[in-house]
Amino acid sequence: MSNTTYQHSSRRNVDLSESTVTADFDEATWDMPGSLALSGQLTTGQALIELAEEGRDDLVVCSADLMRPTQVIDFAKKYPQRSFNFGIAERNMISGAAGLAACGYLPVVSNYSFFLALMGLENIRDDICYTDLNVRMIGTHSGVAMGFYGTSHHSNEDIGALRTLPNLTLMAPCDGNAIRSAFRETIDHQGPIYFRAGRGREKQVYSEPPEWRIGGSNTLREGRHATVLAVGNLVSAALEAADELAGEGIELTVVDMYSIRPIDREPIRRAAEQNGLVITGEEHNITGGFGSAVAEVIAEEGLGCRLKRVGMPDEYSLLGPPTHLYRHYGLDGPGVAGTVREALKASA
Amino acid sequence: MTKRDVHGASKEELRDKARMIRREVVRLTDICGSGHYGSAFSIAELLSVLYYGLMHVRPNEPTWADRDRFTMGKGHAAIALYPVLADLGFFPKTDLDSYTRLGSPLGDHPDMRKVKGADFSSGSIGHNLSVSVGMASALKLSGSPGRVVCMMGDGEQTEGQVWEAAIAGSAWGLDNLVGIVDINHAGSDGYTQDTMPTEPLADKWRAFGWDVIELDDGHDLDKTFDALNRALNDKRDKPCCVLADTVAGKGVSFMEGGWQWHLGFLGKKDVERAYAEIEAGHIG
Repeated sequence: MSNTTYQHSSRRNVDLSESTVTADFDEATWDMPGSLALSGQLTTGQALIELAEEGRDDLVVCSADLMRPTQVIDFAKKYPQRSFNFGIAERNMISGAAGLAACGYLPVVSNYSFFLALMGLENIRDDICYTDLNVRMIGTHSGVAMGFYGTSHHSNEDIGALRTLPNLTLMAPCDGNAIRSAFRETIDHQGPIYFRAGRGREKQVYSEPPEWRIGGSNTLREGRHATVLAVGNLVSAALEAADELAGEGIELTVVDMYSIRPIDREPIRRAAEQNGLVITGEEHNITGGFGSAVAEVIAEEGLGCRLKRVGMPDEYSLLGPPTHLYRHYGLDGPGVAGTVREALKASA
Repeated sequence: MTKRDVHGASKEELRDKARMIRREVVRLTDICGSGHYGSAFSIAELLSVLYYGLMHVRPNEPTWADRDRFTMGKGHAAIALYPVLADLGFFPKTDLDSYTRLGSPLGDHPDMRKVKGADFSSGSIGHNLSVSVGMASALKLSGSPGRVVCMMGDGEQTEGQVWEAAIAGSAWGLDNLVGIVDINHAGSDGYTQDTMPTEPLADKWRAFGWDVIELDDGHDLDKTFDALNRALNDKRDKPCCVLADTVAGKGVSFMEGGWQWHLGFLGKKDVERAYAEIEAGHIG
């Protein structure tokens, strides 16, 4: 019915047939269907459609009135019988997904991270992890991606909570191609996996689906002065920092540590050996998160290297536009570069 | 839904099985040193009718895709389920002797990964009707004739998640889903309706789009069989909830009707009294 033009869209295959924004609207105007075009890195729906088309008849999708914002709506439209929208009832959704898995289906639960991992934590623990069921969960809009929606909509505690759950694999795809790999390369894994994703407007890191394995990592830059081990949005921030610092003669190693649990110990050992300075980056409370997981490895293995954690301070986050929050908390390229400079100065 | 034949168990057989359940609950609690007598005794007839009269399971093939599923919303009554599963042959009866001992598969709450025949784990009140909604949806999607029965407590009716599941169950027309509310009136802090009133439950379940069958005596074997048979086998286009009025601690006179035996322990002398009453009892 409509003929919309979303010039700022990085994604061409968004279904805008339900949009009410027609050609006579202002170019900057968007409605709910149009908002999806702004979040091109949330590729879950497309990734699942591809897998379903390749014969994965066991895939079903579950959400709690967030099929559109978390971008599984395309799958739901194509496979309505295999899509379960529970309405705003997250715990029912999680336990229901467990029931579907117990009967042989492979449910993909797609919801905002703060509702899924925080509100639903006990259901995830009891019904999915304790039972060790094949369920994939993707928590989107993690960290402070929800910006001005407020602190209740921020998810800076999910890594800390989830990485204490036995049987659970916890991974952080940092862009749309990583999400594709995340689903595809783990599809036959026996047991639950939680993917911690952003809101879909992340800077693209991978030009094609990257290598992906449970317990793996991707080294994106090699440099001799310091190593940044990053997850999620901090991967692109670390790459930007590497570019910025290169002009000053500082060479960074940058590793996408997408497998938070189990963690890849090799890049940590290598960093300790090569340059003795490790900087971790995460859009999460530095207490109990990814940086803490790296600290555990350093301490337990007696690696004896210095560690600086970049992340959210141990306090409730401010609200504001996400990019402003990233700048405020030092989670963008300049922020990471600044932390590296300071750390190098301190160790000089 | 495909209609499933009822088993030809006699009333006396069902009564014997309920007696066996009560006897084993006393014995296993004695091993443990603490147990939910009240909640286990109140569902003895319901379990006997379900497993020996109506449900279709294969003990020699515990993961049979088309089996009927049973989920224990009131997980603390698993002690009543274990003897049934062992008796049916899902696992050796000698396993019961390890109940709650270090490393045992059998704990106060059921673990589907450790107990053959337990279709789902539980422990957190209010989860399993949601799980059952997922199971019933899966069975419909795959075209299976299997049905799902979820046993809830009346105290469990205060859990918000129960009603989330109730909404989804009716919205999705899950005619292969049966909820049972064991209304034994007892909870940890006292009588359920004193702690937090949930009545009128029939009105609530009907308002949520379920068929409701009111079973006024969940220990009367004829009535219990009739109610559960209708719930499982009558043709309908929605899920069905059986509101079973029961007596906490049924079968042991000093426990009957009180909340005080929701959790407890019997010393040697009283174990013998309980056994004697259970053997002499002619319930249902």
